[in-house]
Amino acid sequence: MSFTSGDSATKISAGNAITPEDIIAAGEKAPEDVATYAMYLGDDALMLAQRLGHWISRAPEMEEDVALANIAQDQLGHARFLLSYAGSAWAKTEDDLAYFRGEEEFRSCRLVEQANGDFGQTIARQLIFSLYQYELFTRLMDSADETLASVAAKAVKEVTYHVDHAAQWTIRLGDGTEESHRRMQEGLYYMWPYVDELFKDDDLLRDLSERGIAVLPSTLRASFDARIEPILEQATLTVPDVPGAWGGDRSGNFSEHRGHILAEMQVLARQFPQGVTW
Amino acid sequence: MSTTSQHSDAAVADIEAERAGQERFDEIIAADSRIEPRDWMPAGYRKTLVRQISQHAHSEIIGMQPEANWITRAPSLKRKMILMAKVQDEAGHGLYLYSAAETLGTSRDEMVEQLLSGKAKYSSIFNYPARSWADVGAIGWLVDGAAIQNQVPLCRASYAPYGRAMVRVCKEESFHQRQGWEILLELANGTPEQKQMAQDAVNRFYGPALQMFGPPDDDSPNSQQSMAWKIKRFSNDELRQRFVDMIVPQAEALGLTLPDPDLKWNEERGHYDFGELDWDEFMSVIKGNGPCNVQRMQHRREAHENGAWVREAAAAYAEKQARRQHEAADAHLIGA
Amino acid sequence: MTESLNASWPLWEVFVRSSRGLSHVHAGSLHAPDATMALRNARDLYTRRNEGTSVWVMPSDSISSSDPDSKGGFFESPQGKNFRHATYYTKSEGVKHL
Repeated sequence: MSFTSGDSATKISAGNAITPEDIIAAGEKAPEDVATYAMYLGDDALMLAQRLGHWISRAPEMEEDVALANIAQDQLGHARFLLSYAGSAWAKTEDDLAYFRGEEEFRSCRLVEQANGDFGQTIARQLIFSLYQYELFTRLMDSADETLASVAAKAVKEVTYHVDHAAQWTIRLGDGTEESHRRMQEGLYYMWPYVDELFKDDDLLRDLSERGIAVLPSTLRASFDARIEPILEQATLTVPDVPGAWGGDRSGNFSEHRGHILAEMQVLARQFPQGVTW
Repeated sequence: MSTTSQHSDAAVADIEAERAGQERFDEIIAADSRIEPRDWMPAGYRKTLVRQISQHAHSEIIGMQPEANWITRAPSLKRKMILMAKVQDEAGHGLYLYSAAETLGTSRDEMVEQLLSGKAKYSSIFNYPARSWADVGAIGWLVDGAAIQNQVPLCRASYAPYGRAMVRVCKEESFHQRQGWEILLELANGTPEQKQMAQDAVNRFYGPALQMFGPPDDDSPNSQQSMAWKIKRFSNDELRQRFVDMIVPQAEALGLTLPDPDLKWNEERGHYDFGELDWDEFMSVIKGNGPCNVQRMQHRREAHENGAWVREAAAAYAEKQARRQHEAADAHLIGA
Repeated sequence: MTESLNASWPLWEVFVRSSRGLSHVHAGSLHAPDATMALRNARDLYTRRNEGTSVWVMPSDSISSSDPDSKGGFFESPQGKNFRHATYYTKSEGVKHL
């Protein structure tokens, strides 16, 4: 079918950015430690995409259905890059990792597993996580691992927009009506205990960052704080004064939500033998 | 001059303007040119368009639901990604269409209110459940396929904003139909269970997809006027026939069958014959008794109501900001 | 319904420049609470397939347009003034660079 409209506002193209298929085609085999790190980052993105995907058809306004779907697709894109690369270490595909790992084998942080709640709670999660990802990817662009660096270079542009989206909404909800202010502040209280673990280092991260491959999360905290505080201030919101939730590291202290997320995500794939195509 | 004669003068002028407007409108339609929002148009034309375009928009928005139902369970990450993009496009298409309808002077709020109160209709196909993953494929192939068949001629609809919205929609939808067909192809070439899943979905969606073109021409009283106005370019039955002729070879390429024992090539007509559709079912679903009517409406109402505080907050913030800027400007003037 | 009247967002017209060097072209409209969000919604709604390198939004009610009913009068003047077009001048035919 061809549409011979001369209307330049509808001229479409596929763009020329890196795709998950490029990663596989490049044939790079990730070393196991790098693969585990890619899994940390990829699992975060996957869980968040899964959560955001649930909003599509439920957003507060139809324009926002489109916006949240864009962000969800960006995150799923990051997950596909990172899990494809991670899988290369063990001759597994992105789908092997997404659909055929058990709860205890995932490496996501607890923040992205938290429930959507109302729109305020979702925006609180978006603001925190996008700011963290922004700081992370900005630095990961210089990774000694070329694949991670190229994924980060693509991702950071997208995440810049996610930060803006979350900040705009945080300001409007915080400084909107009394009800929206209350809900946004509650959303922040709900999510804040899971902020600390984003910036927690472990042996793998220390080792990889010494070799210039990973970014050491603890080094991102100061710039995260410096960016989130003025946004919350403009939104007339306060930074919750709550301690980090106990536990929570990427080696197995995960949230109750994870099992439910996976049960839903994996239900169909697991009714069929691993390796069938869809 | 007496008041009565003033009134009648005004009335005469109105009638004159109306006559001139109608003449101009008829000329534009006859010349196959386009009507733009601020042109004079007959009240019936405007009403028909608002109804048709808003129903079309509602169908896109309600139509998000059966597929959104599979976003969190799509069996591969690639399919999950495609599905998100597709459901997102449907929201986008709904918005393009509301935007076209708004140029006729009916606000989106009014149209949404008519949908939520149950006064406005949407395509009855979306009142069928998407139970299996293959249904996502069948919806893409058959439902979007039927929609495209309807929409391509609408790109030339006499009302220009509608036509422009349809150009955009058609460009984007060509991927929807193909991705659906590909889902079915993967399943048809997969395990016996996968193939069965695909066949089952096609069996369930075939009839309702054919009904998407509306009742047979003899029972479709509004069609003729729409065709005279060049909103509609082909009759329901013509479009349905084209669709059947298109999908038969596509089904063969899938290695799946279509659930119609009367389906066979008619050499004389140069078309496929097909069996009578269940129009009682069609009417019943339209009237609200389909498998999912209540569920679809509740989902939409919940989204709208749960979002009210967010929409209010953003409107309140915009008002505050405007006031602040105003005050800042005043302060500046005083300072100067 | 719990919604109050002030919850409805105004209508914005969207103009998209598809590539450098071209004009912005009207793409459609959308609803947004303010200009900042209108721009973002426009980006999400009208440039999902790389349609644009630049986007304008403006409140729909701030557009003034010519009256289609006075079409004859409003656009009559240029009619018949074909001396404004190069094709009017035929004597230079065959002479180069004119």
